[in-house]
Amino acid sequence: MSNYRIQGATGEWEVVIGLEVHAQVVSNSKLFSGAATAFGAEPNTQVSLVDAAMPGMLPVPNMECIRQAVRTGLAINAEINRWSRFDRKNYFYADLPQGYQISQLYHPLVGEGEILIDADEKAGIMEAKRIGVERIHVEQDAGKLMHDQHPTMSYVDLNRCGVALMEIVSRPDMRSPAEAGAYVRKLRALLRYVGSCDGNMEEGSMRADVNVSVRRPGEEFGTRTETKNVNSVRFVMATIEHEANRQVDVLEAGGKIVQETRLFDPDSGTTRSMRSKEDAHDYRYFPDPDLLPLELTEEFVEACRFSLPELPDAKRARYVELLGISQYNADVLTAEVETARWFEKVLDAGAEAKQAANWVMSDLFGALNRLGKTIIESPVSPEQAAELLALVADGTLSGTLSKQVFEIMLETGDHPGKIVEERGLKQTSDTGAIEAVIAEILAKNPGQLEQYRSGKEALFGFFVGQTMKAMAGKANPQVVNELLKKALAN
Amino acid sequence: MTHITDLGVAAIRDGFRAGHFSAREVADAFNANVAAAGALNAFIVETPDHAIAAAEQADRDRAEGNLKPLSGVPIGMKDLFATKGVQTTAASHILEGFTPQYESTVSAKLWGAGAGMLGKLNLDQFAMGSSNETSYFGNVISPWRRPGDSAPLAPGGSSGGSSAAIAARLCPAATGTDTGGSIRQPAAFTGISGIKPTYGRCSRWGIVAFASSLDQAGPMANDVRDCAIMLENMAGFDPKDSTSLDLAVPNWEALLSGDLTGKKIGIPKEYRVDGMPAEIDALWEQGIQWLKDAGAEIVNVSLPHTKYALAAYYIVAPAEASSNLARYDGVRYGLRELPDGAGLQDMYAATRAAGFGAEVKRRIMIGTYVLSAGFYDAYYTQAQKVRTLIARDFDLAFQQCDLLLTPTAPSAAFALGEKSADPLAMYLNDVFTVPTSLAGLPAMSVPAGLDAQGLPLGLQIIGRALDEQGVLNAGLAIEERAGFTARAGKWW
Repeated sequence: MSNYRIQGATGEWEVVIGLEVHAQVVSNSKLFSGAATAFGAEPNTQVSLVDAAMPGMLPVPNMECIRQAVRTGLAINAEINRWSRFDRKNYFYADLPQGYQISQLYHPLVGEGEILIDADEKAGIMEAKRIGVERIHVEQDAGKLMHDQHPTMSYVDLNRCGVALMEIVSRPDMRSPAEAGAYVRKLRALLRYVGSCDGNMEEGSMRADVNVSVRRPGEEFGTRTETKNVNSVRFVMATIEHEANRQVDVLEAGGKIVQETRLFDPDSGTTRSMRSKEDAHDYRYFPDPDLLPLELTEEFVEACRFSLPELPDAKRARYVELLGISQYNADVLTAEVETARWFEKVLDAGAEAKQAANWVMSDLFGALNRLGKTIIESPVSPEQAAELLALVADGTLSGTLSKQVFEIMLETGDHPGKIVEERGLKQTSDTGAIEAVIAEILAKNPGQLEQYRSGKEALFGFFVGQTMKAMAGKANPQVVNELLKKALAN
Repeated sequence: MTHITDLGVAAIRDGFRAGHFSAREVADAFNANVAAAGALNAFIVETPDHAIAAAEQADRDRAEGNLKPLSGVPIGMKDLFATKGVQTTAASHILEGFTPQYESTVSAKLWGAGAGMLGKLNLDQFAMGSSNETSYFGNVISPWRRPGDSAPLAPGGSSGGSSAAIAARLCPAATGTDTGGSIRQPAAFTGISGIKPTYGRCSRWGIVAFASSLDQAGPMANDVRDCAIMLENMAGFDPKDSTSLDLAVPNWEALLSGDLTGKKIGIPKEYRVDGMPAEIDALWEQGIQWLKDAGAEIVNVSLPHTKYALAAYYIVAPAEASSNLARYDGVRYGLRELPDGAGLQDMYAATRAAGFGAEVKRRIMIGTYVLSAGFYDAYYTQAQKVRTLIARDFDLAFQQCDLLLTPTAPSAAFALGEKSADPLAMYLNDVFTVPTSLAGLPAMSVPAGLDAQGLPLGLQIIGRALDEQGVLNAGLAIEERAGFTARAGKWW
């Protein structure tokens, strides 16, 4: 349970949050037309006759978009409706050529499911929590108006028009901005695992409508407002924060919350009214007569299920239980599909799991952080990383040497074997050479030797350090330890 | 020799193949008739060059022994079908000047079969009407007149340009579309044949939409055989239309037979409506006798929900139309009215006010009303239930019989202006044709006789889903017995 409360002048308030996330489906073509869907293309170059709603044009469902929505539904353990139907949502706007959006109001493709958010005590999420998902339906996106192209007119770009969206509607199960943030992050991670949406909120391929209401803890739901098109996790949280406080202020001043649509202003971090319920459109939904009901076969659904990758919760459990990776490391490594894929490539190339996990978490993430790169942009490949780890495992490189080699790998992109070879960074286990150096060190430091032998055993580290230094860090520390013990005992 | 323009599709095709005339001669003859018939206002755009180009191609093809099903046959195209590079208006001001860069599936099939286009035929605006009086380009005038009376008569609607052009021998056949009777009623009014096939037989892709769940293309021609030939070259699965039927196109022409031995014909009692002229009743009785003579057995059947059909139709069709016509908004193509200082909403209002005619506006308003919050269940949901009941009526009737015989329309052609002031009286024209549209069944009208004023009357045959053959065969049986040879006297 969340203990998030707003302290009003008259007492505590609880926040109730539901999210409608619009996620653009990854597909080469649009939901009902063959037009391409490249982001950032020249305006009006990704537009078919159907998208432009030319007279007599008809929609034909793109089964790849349907498949992605079904896979997404399966990933949140949702019911897949074998029979669903498309409805028209009618309204006039210049970015909506048909004068209606094809959506699914009455019979959505995906029914009840759920998303697990993890405990995060720092964020006030005391334990893991299941957030209900009411439904997922598929619908068409609209085009875009461009207001900066002409002094008195707006231009319209229909490239995005007709692109498939999944609308993922949560239950009003969240109780704090942190829970909502965790939900959006988890949903985004799931979508990326499944590959049904790139989750790129900056480019608008994922955006959220945020429903917020407040109530006295334990009482009935209050009247909610809906803030439209919020396009980052941070803004979702800020919207809730601001909107909940605004509502508390209104209620405590004796006012009433009006059911309305609001807009979030990222510059001021506040929301403002867009239209009230009275001004709400009457969308005149009715079944689209151009389309037959969508009927899915068992085979189709099973093929979708079969195509799903291992999902983050299952992967994390496997990392902990079968690979012996720590809970914390497993959390981080599975949180984003790119990290998990990268990590598993290291394992595929032969690295030991725990060693690889520790290395990715400390050395790799440290370096990427420093370079300002994501894991996809890593200058070192998973295969190279595995090679490096193998050189440590077989004693060729010490921990210190491996860090040196890794730095060179980051700079040059060379293979660790090549670096070790060319720069002579290979760790030595040659007992003769090490013994000679040890003899020299002991001879140079009679005082310390005397103290050690008279019981000051803490000086052992001093001799190790001196030996390693003399060997430029290339001596195998284990061999040094053994030989030193022997020599000191004499 | 008979004049070429007196010939129908089969006769032109066969005569051309036999070398009796060239395709160019055929095209020239019909082009001349079209050019001389401006008084009928049957065409919105005349395309003699298109007809000539197709004819010259047909002549070359014939020389090379490469004959196509409709080589040498020029036809008229209802101006609801998008034709690449040729203005397509749906008889509206809002699409005036609109030239598609694409070809409708049905017209593309016809051109692919060797047919040529004489022009784009006038119609009721967006196919909404039963008299052709809602066309922005002026009403079509029927070639038929009452004896001794020059009052202009309605050619029926919405495919009134098609019916008038065929009756006046401006083209041997034409495309029509039928949403609630728009092929059958004008065919009946002008003494020609027309068939609306099963919903889904012909692709709707590229046909300006009126009511998507009802719209269906079909041919209009002088006789049943010509309809069969045309339909074979219009029908077929189209992956671009989700409601298109993925079925092979039967050889309707080859299987034509007027022998109805073993067939049962149902006579629905609910189609004897109050106030129907006695001569229509008499013609219906005559039709029964003809079908008996052709070997059929007559059975009485009941379609109990018929009386709700018209009401349900005038909810469903306007509801779909109100949404389908939302795309005509002045933003991307067609008319744009942009008053000084106008914002987007003003542009919409001004464009649609200027671009749509009164009947279209009436239906958009009805449709918007029946779909709005609070009224949806009372109107749209109820109408859909009625639609299901009507379809079930037909299913039950077809357990007792193979085909149904009814009049096509409750009267002969009326004078222009006679009903235009009373939309309800106009809507009643569709009373016999609407139920089949709601059920998606094939139905055709064939000319069966003349009324006391000498105007044509039609009989309608309704079949089971996909049984176009049964419908055509019964149509042929009537045609063979009715001996309908009356023609409109040329006055234009």
